[in-house]
Amino acid sequence: MLKIENLHARIGAKEILKGLSLEVKPGEVHAIMGPNGAGKSTLGNVLAGRPGYEVTQGSVTFDGKNLLELEPEARAAAGVFLAFQYPVEIPGVNNTYFLRAALNAQHKVRGEQELDSMQFLKLVREKVKAMGMTPELLNRAVNEGFSGGEKKRNEVLQMALLEPRLAILDETDSGLDIDALKQVAAGVNALRAPQRAFLVITHYQRLLDYIVPDFVHVLADGRIVESGDAQLARELEAHGYAWVRERESAEASA
Amino acid sequence: MSASTPFGQSMHEAAASLRLPGSGLAWLDAARAEALRAFAERGLPDQRNELWKYTSLRALAQRAYAAGDNQAADRVVGMASLPLPAIGNQCVVFVNGVYRADLSNLNRLADGVSAGSLASGLRESPEPLRFLLDKRADDDDDGFTLLNRALAADGLVLRVAAGVNVAEPLHVVHVGVAAEAASALHVRSLIELGEGARLDVVEHHVGDAGAGHLLNLVRDVNVHARAHLGWTVIQRACADATVLRCSRVRLHDEASLGFHALELGGKLVRHEIRAELSGARARFESRGAFVLHDRQHADMEVLVTHRGRDTFSNAVWRGVASDRARGVVHGRILVQPGADGADGSFYNKNLLLSTSAEIDTRPALEIYADEVKANHGATVGQLDENVLFYLRSRGVPLEVARRILVRAFCAVTLDGIEPATLREYCDGLLAEQLPEVAA
Repeated sequence: MLKIENLHARIGAKEILKGLSLEVKPGEVHAIMGPNGAGKSTLGNVLAGRPGYEVTQGSVTFDGKNLLELEPEARAAAGVFLAFQYPVEIPGVNNTYFLRAALNAQHKVRGEQELDSMQFLKLVREKVKAMGMTPELLNRAVNEGFSGGEKKRNEVLQMALLEPRLAILDETDSGLDIDALKQVAAGVNALRAPQRAFLVITHYQRLLDYIVPDFVHVLADGRIVESGDAQLARELEAHGYAWVRERESAEASA
Repeated sequence: MSASTPFGQSMHEAAASLRLPGSGLAWLDAARAEALRAFAERGLPDQRNELWKYTSLRALAQRAYAAGDNQAADRVVGMASLPLPAIGNQCVVFVNGVYRADLSNLNRLADGVSAGSLASGLRESPEPLRFLLDKRADDDDDGFTLLNRALAADGLVLRVAAGVNVAEPLHVVHVGVAAEAASALHVRSLIELGEGARLDVVEHHVGDAGAGHLLNLVRDVNVHARAHLGWTVIQRACADATVLRCSRVRLHDEASLGFHALELGGKLVRHEIRAELSGARARFESRGAFVLHDRQHADMEVLVTHRGRDTFSNAVWRGVASDRARGVVHGRILVQPGADGADGSFYNKNLLLSTSAEIDTRPALEIYADEVKANHGATVGQLDENVLFYLRSRGVPLEVARRILVRAFCAVTLDGIEPATLREYCDGLLAEQLPEVAA
């Protein structure tokens, strides 16, 4: 589904990704872990198409298409979703209006029926209920005045509504207390499906207790330096990222 | 700027050729002649005038305009564009500056309300209009005000008697219709609310393509003690039109004005609102937005003077400019000696959607009283790239994302428009305009 090969990317003159390769198949959950500054968020942003990032080498294909030449909105319509680390506030834009505009824009691109406001309200209310959110958040401006937990839940709500094929969660656990973390994880787990893949970017292992990944990758200095199963995350938690670097240098000298 | 420009000459020719209503009345002839002399001396305002600092009239000065439209009474108007779906059908219609009884509809006018034409008022009973028209040039009169005094041929005279609460909004329409020549249309109006009266007015400017007239509209608005005026302006003049307005508002004890403006049309557009809060506890709240594209120019001068004690003013304005458009916002709050306890604020935010667009905003406070609260703020910025990316990452195409954000940016200025159907209608007009602006 997603194939990243030898990806190099930079912001301005600063190279951040330095030859990252990764393959994700439908139904899989991959966790990307790594120390601050390793390039975790850059990976998510490059995949979603955030302006300001320049890919200098390598390729990214999604369902056989060159993802990198698509505009962000076209990537969304193709099924890529990025849950933001810092969801933005949009004063004056009603949350329901925003969600419907997004869903219908995607439907339009895919040649699917657009939803009228009654159909949409019915759908969004179901999703809100399933997420354990207060329906009142639908009537407010997008993320405006939302608590950290509400913002992250709003991201997962959008994911539930847009039903992406590849969901990228960028530090969705940051700033959440344990109850909010569990709720967000439950929302994500409910979306796990054979045709849907997840890329869970996180600094801490804690989230992975609740969203158990099939694969764990350690990103350091712009490349994946170690891959394993969920057990790798627990070892990282026990030993820290320095442990990966030591193992790496040991292998190099062996 | 000298009056001996093609523009100035065309105005003097108009004065010589027009037979204005009420001519022959000694006081009126004298006032008109004196205004014309004063115009000859002062000419058009130039950019040394603080209130015209960012609005150049150099191009306008080179144009000659016809002296009004002598067929205005017979012009055919596409009626479909006239009624506003959002309010009732009580309307007063002016076509190329001339009152049209045949197009107006005042069949449900409440007792105590009179709405009629200045021209017929001057022919039938001029004395009650003398206070409005028998004036001498003062320092605040710019060239357009003087020309209006010299040449105004018609206008709206709207009066509500004390204590009368008018439930249905009155729709005042200024229609521009293409004519053989672009004309200068000087219109002089009066809105007067007696003590405790209530009225909502929706002022609507529309125009056919090619109606490149100059509308020079001057009005006095007197709101007497405890009266309330709701006033919403929807300006959708045609792309060639010049729409200049000067409104002198006086608010007496506990009188209030709730003003809204949505400025979308026209080529050169200006509105100078001079609000005098002369009575104690008078209130003036204004909300307005202009949304400009192409080479449109809009200048909003909101000049508030607090004279009475415990008076209140609040202004929230938004400006959006794309292409090579130019916007100007000047918000001035002047608190005069004796206006203790005044509370005045002016907030203006602006959005530039192209590198060639420009908006100049100047908030100004002058305070000469005690125990005064005054606030102002002004910004000029661009759409937030992070917000745009957020919308796009959800599948919203870039141009739609821009429109959503521009509409949200202006939405606050529609708050408080009554009835709700009219507010929704204004929101719809704003949305219609956005493909031109945020493409």
